[in-house]
Amino acid sequence: MSENLVNIKINQKEIQVDKNLTVMQACEIAGEEIPRFCYHDKLSIAGNCRMCLVEIEKAPKLVSSCTMPLMEGMSIITNSEKVNAGRKGVMEFLLINHPLDCPICDQGGECDLQDQAMYYGFDKSRYKENKRAVDNKNMGPLVNTIMTRCIHCTRCVRFATEVAGVPELGMLGRGENAEITTYLEQSITSELSGNVIDLCPVGALTSKPYQFKARPWELKRTDSIDIFDSVGSNIRVDSRAEEILRVTPRTNEFINEEWISDKVRFNYDGYYQQRIDIPYIKKNQKLSSSSWEESLKILKNKLKSLKPLALVGEHVDLETGYAINKFMSNFGKDNVECRTDNQAILENLDSYRFNTPLNEIENSDLIVLLGTNPKIETPIINHKIFKAYNNNSRIFNIGENISLNYQTEYLGDKLSNLNNEKLIKALKKSSNPLIIIGSAFLSKIKNIKTLKSIFSFADKYNVITKDKNNLNFLNPYASRVGQLILGNTTKNLCEPFSKLKKEKFEIVLSFGSEHIASEQFDNCFRVYFGHHGDEGAMKSDIILPTPLYTEKNGIFVNIEGRPQEAKKCHNPIGSAKEEWSIIKKLSDEFSFVFEPNTFEQLRSELLKKHTKLSIFHEILSNDNASPIITDIEFEDCKTQYPINNFYMSDIISKNSVTMAKCVEEITSTPSLLEKSA
Amino acid sequence: MSGNHPGLSNNFSRSGVKFSWSKDNLKSIKNIISKYPKGREQSAVMPLLYLAQEQNHNWISIECIETIAETLSMPKIRVTEVASFYSMYNTRPVGENLVQICRTSPCWLRGSNKITNTICKETKCEINDTSEDNKFTVVEVECLGACSNGPMIQINNDFFEDLDEDSTKKIIDNIKEGKPNIIGSQKGRRSSENA
Repeated sequence: MSENLVNIKINQKEIQVDKNLTVMQACEIAGEEIPRFCYHDKLSIAGNCRMCLVEIEKAPKLVSSCTMPLMEGMSIITNSEKVNAGRKGVMEFLLINHPLDCPICDQGGECDLQDQAMYYGFDKSRYKENKRAVDNKNMGPLVNTIMTRCIHCTRCVRFATEVAGVPELGMLGRGENAEITTYLEQSITSELSGNVIDLCPVGALTSKPYQFKARPWELKRTDSIDIFDSVGSNIRVDSRAEEILRVTPRTNEFINEEWISDKVRFNYDGYYQQRIDIPYIKKNQKLSSSSWEESLKILKNKLKSLKPLALVGEHVDLETGYAINKFMSNFGKDNVECRTDNQAILENLDSYRFNTPLNEIENSDLIVLLGTNPKIETPIINHKIFKAYNNNSRIFNIGENISLNYQTEYLGDKLSNLNNEKLIKALKKSSNPLIIIGSAFLSKIKNIKTLKSIFSFADKYNVITKDKNNLNFLNPYASRVGQLILGNTTKNLCEPFSKLKKEKFEIVLSFGSEHIASEQFDNCFRVYFGHHGDEGAMKSDIILPTPLYTEKNGIFVNIEGRPQEAKKCHNPIGSAKEEWSIIKKLSDEFSFVFEPNTFEQLRSELLKKHTKLSIFHEILSNDNASPIITDIEFEDCKTQYPINNFYMSDIISKNSVTMAKCVEEITSTPSLLEKSA
Repeated sequence: MSGNHPGLSNNFSRSGVKFSWSKDNLKSIKNIISKYPKGREQSAVMPLLYLAQEQNHNWISIECIETIAETLSMPKIRVTEVASFYSMYNTRPVGENLVQICRTSPCWLRGSNKITNTICKETKCEINDTSEDNKFTVVEVECLGACSNGPMIQINNDFFEDLDEDSTKKIIDNIKEGKPNIIGSQKGRRSSENA
């Protein structure tokens, strides 16, 4: 028998489990369900709801199973009369001050308290005294509070402190006067604050935008992927008829665990604002509505004579990317570009993706942030770095002196600051160092030798070894890694977008890329394929409506190189057509080869050609490691951070009213941590 | 001003005046923090709250909380939690003399009601209220641990025991006139020796 195991009995059934588990975890393994409110896998153990009582033989009283460590020979009983009576007692106390407002409570139907009261609740109250009422607290524009419903499990307090890394929530007072609040009722300043809504086991913290919108059993659930950053968080889109009513996370231990960022959770109202629903054509400097036939005819005629360029935007799925690539290859080479932010890359996969699996970031003991602000670019990755920080990892920052929710050692704003003595010393001592280089530098690198030097630097200080590669490239765009794998980029490794000017393109097709508005295309005929109209659309000569990611199926490859599928939730708005079908139509007009007749055929052709992508949810293997040069030379490049405002980073969020409220209320409150720590 | 016990409220307010540690307190803070192991300096939050209350005219303002949070480099909400949990930290301004009257069974049996009435009459304020001249705040509390000498009251840091209506009135009068009071038993008992 291994040293790490103990023999215990659960309901007279013998079982061997890890001795470091708690009684509750052992019961879970044995298949016994234990009711709970305060206990949560991802948070520290509080043990204050007392709902998880079990009987342990030889113990005089019932024991809360979430706090109880295992012992050899322990005999646990979870279904006796005594246990039941104990839990009923606890439930009665919890319900004393809980209002009977389930019919108007947003949590109704998915409420832990409601569910467990079905098993352990009494059918009538024996409490004759006055009930307490608690003032509702302000927690910002996202989280709605009805604090009389609170049962003081403190999950939200622990989440804010341990996961979000913003110690702004707390429990004031004691006993009957206990209240959950933010410090002085200020808004929560975290990018992950919406998760307290899922954590709350009752209806005390609910979603403000979703308030009184729907009941959970009315909603259609669609599995999808967060495309508002590059992490590829797994989400579930809840819709009724043709409208998305809310977005919640799906658990994926490898990526987002149980959390999602506030942006994807709350910007769905932007999906329906300012939509391009019909084709438009510019006539006499004015955009006027048109038909598909007319606009495609004009587009076809223009394509016949002009030299085309395709820009691939940040929300483009693999199938669309593949179709674009296939179509554009008929016009020549190097005429598709997805790196509109000038990201520098080498040829290989390991030079543009996050090479460390996301769930291993927390094991690192030294992290260097090079021109990246993970807090607003990728909040989930920021959470992983915060985890590493809590495991006593040192965090260094090069770039702007940004404020994060953990302490960093600032080394300067130049790439050459990598040679800082303090950092070199720490790197030499470190057993598992990790470098994250972000778009702020990558988009400014002018000399490819600099990028190669970063590889050499990483190799020299054991960031890259035979069995691991901890040199990570981070960009906030959901489409980028996938499009680069498809080869939707030009041959220039550095400044690819700026160098497009030299090629003298005459017609630009933009697939959701706002960069079409760039000055360098002022003399080109511009065609915009997209769902939201902003500057890019306004400047275009033809606008063609295409569906949003929730209105079509599509594969997205996340920053680690993990293909995942986002599914269609409802039909496209207006007369929007999927990009591939437009391309198919154009190809047919030109008699180009474009075999797929359906989306399924297109996908299977794509996966046949790129077989590696056909294994969903697994990280792609990297066949060719980037070569290591010997001399290290860093150029002095400026930084340009891709995102300055978390709530307004993309065209959909910019159209969201909820996000606008966040900007107004949250970003105007100075971070509490900045002041106190 | 009336309402609940000033130590049992969760609502803190600003005094409007910047709070910074006095020189003496800075010295004692150094001493207090040195008692805790390195990395556990935040354990000093309770003694620091006492110091702050002493310096800030017997109450904890938001400014005090922010200063303490800064001194111990801990989140402000954590300091607020501690300050709101304990009833000895007053969350709103109180009079120069905080009169706490014990009303738990032993004192009550020995006539704490009469003491309460006398004090309210003499100080001209209700329970949980502050007198107009800002000299007194009167609150009722549960057992202060001097049961054998009941009825008793606590005024700021001093106990006054074995009270009756006359001795209570005298204590209040002395405070009003700025005269010193005998601390402890008003019947001349030493600690809790047989009466």
